[in-house]
Amino acid sequence: MGNTLVIAEVHNGALRKATLTAVTFAKKAAANEGGAIFGLVVGSGVGAVADDFRRFGLAKVFVADNAAYQHALATTYAAVVAEVVKENGVTLVTATATAFGKDLLPRVAAKLDAGMVSDISDVVDGSTFVRPLFAGNALARVKVSSTIKVVSVRGTAFDAAKPAGNAADVVAITSAPADAVGTTFVRFDETKSARPELTEAQTIVSFGRGLKGPENIPIVEKLCDALGAGLGATRAVVDAGWVPNDFQIGQTGKVVAPTLYFAVGLSGAIQHVAGMKDSKVIVAINKDAEAPIFKVSDYGLVGDLFKVVPELVEAIIKAKAS
Amino acid sequence: MKILVAVKRVPDTTVKLKLKPDGTGVVTDGVNFEVNPFDVIAVEEALRLKEKAGGGEVIVATIGSKDATQQLRHGLAMGADRGILVVNDDDNAIDADVVARTLKAVVAKEQPTLVLVGKQSPDGESNQVPQMLAEHLGWPQATFASKVVVAADKASAEVTREADGGLETLSVRLPAVISADLRLNEPRYASLPGIMKAKAKKIDEFTFESLGVAKAPKVTAVGFFAPPERKAGAVVASVEELVNKLKNEAKVLG
Repeated sequence: MGNTLVIAEVHNGALRKATLTAVTFAKKAAANEGGAIFGLVVGSGVGAVADDFRRFGLAKVFVADNAAYQHALATTYAAVVAEVVKENGVTLVTATATAFGKDLLPRVAAKLDAGMVSDISDVVDGSTFVRPLFAGNALARVKVSSTIKVVSVRGTAFDAAKPAGNAADVVAITSAPADAVGTTFVRFDETKSARPELTEAQTIVSFGRGLKGPENIPIVEKLCDALGAGLGATRAVVDAGWVPNDFQIGQTGKVVAPTLYFAVGLSGAIQHVAGMKDSKVIVAINKDAEAPIFKVSDYGLVGDLFKVVPELVEAIIKAKAS
Repeated sequence: MKILVAVKRVPDTTVKLKLKPDGTGVVTDGVNFEVNPFDVIAVEEALRLKEKAGGGEVIVATIGSKDATQQLRHGLAMGADRGILVVNDDDNAIDADVVARTLKAVVAKEQPTLVLVGKQSPDGESNQVPQMLAEHLGWPQATFASKVVVAADKASAEVTREADGGLETLSVRLPAVISADLRLNEPRYASLPGIMKAKAKKIDEFTFESLGVAKAPKVTAVGFFAPPERKAGAVVASVEELVNKLKNEAKVLG
């Protein structure tokens, strides 16, 4: 096998932690097949990101630092990735399946005439990977026959890599292309939140239509505050416009696996469960004892959330203090 | 404005599918099929853009068995003008790249100003086709769209995207590929007159051979197996019991 390239995701001038799960995947793949693991940082003013990324047991970190790369446009970035792949004997290209990775990697695969496997959860060998599909109701072993393979990694299936070995050499890429293929960045409207980001949160409180309306969101927010939790939601309430899409947990939103997951006033639709069933401990609160969410929860409490959740907030504050 | 929408026939997304005992796939006997819900959103957006532009044509295209004609008819009943079926009897014999290359051949025939596609399907969940198609065409891409505004001169579109941590807005030159996300619109239901009219609308059939596309997948599923089942746990009687168990049994409350 050739070398493996891990594409770093840069967020607010820093290395996004999600990238480190792709590093762990790369190490697992390379342990089977050999070859070096390289990192690639693309952006503008990303020297510090490269300096951070080099600590994680990589052979080299390529850095393409150019004002034209300030925004992560898939068109521009795909050309940079393809060039680094071709010039460095890379046969496995990977990133974590975040919105960034999902947008970029298929374009990279098409450019390199490579087969791509999305959202993999395990490695069988150098060309065979495991991925969930059908809303998590099946796992498939998927084989890639092209020489170059592109893989996006399900962040919840791999631990974040820890700093290891000597810091890698940083190699500047100066001649990479910068054609945005008719694409211009206009603006980014950030979702402001003081709570932990869902894919990194240790505890998540998630709610559904049982909350009755967006005016009742403060009820679950108080539970978040008591637990230091991130706030998630079902597709139904995102669809109804109560919260931004960024809050959505499920097959078509974010896949999460926190230590503790509270499902409040949500029934447990197949597509929601697909995004949270790997959580370590699941607590369900629902007034309907027959709700499917109780089939996947470790602790179920049948009751009216409007009464139960405020009590729970008080009890948790007390329990944490004692 | 001419818009091509790619749609996919998928099993009912509300049904929990079971694995075949021999691990070759999932059981779809007795399961209803529908249009990928994200593709329905793409069809709706195409219809609205055509209405806004004051004219044009919306073409729905799919790759699938003859049964997929039903899904094309759904798009036609919503208001699309005509359909294209590329006949394929074995979904396992193609991958996202073959789909993207096939759609590229359809685009070459039809020369649309815009291609709209759902961001991902609920069965294969790959989320690859729109991006691959854009690259194969050398066009811009705007994935996970929650808002599309086409400029008056139809030379560009401003697309708001569901990114991690917020909304990103891009301007893309047309023609381009846009993938639809959940909040792009609220799709209309097919009306009875729409359903009646759809029966008379034209569906052209092609084969991979007639489009000059090699059915040569690079990615193949070699086996399916069941994920570990999560066992239902205990029902607790009170908040007090719940907190006690979280603290002392699960040890997840610090």
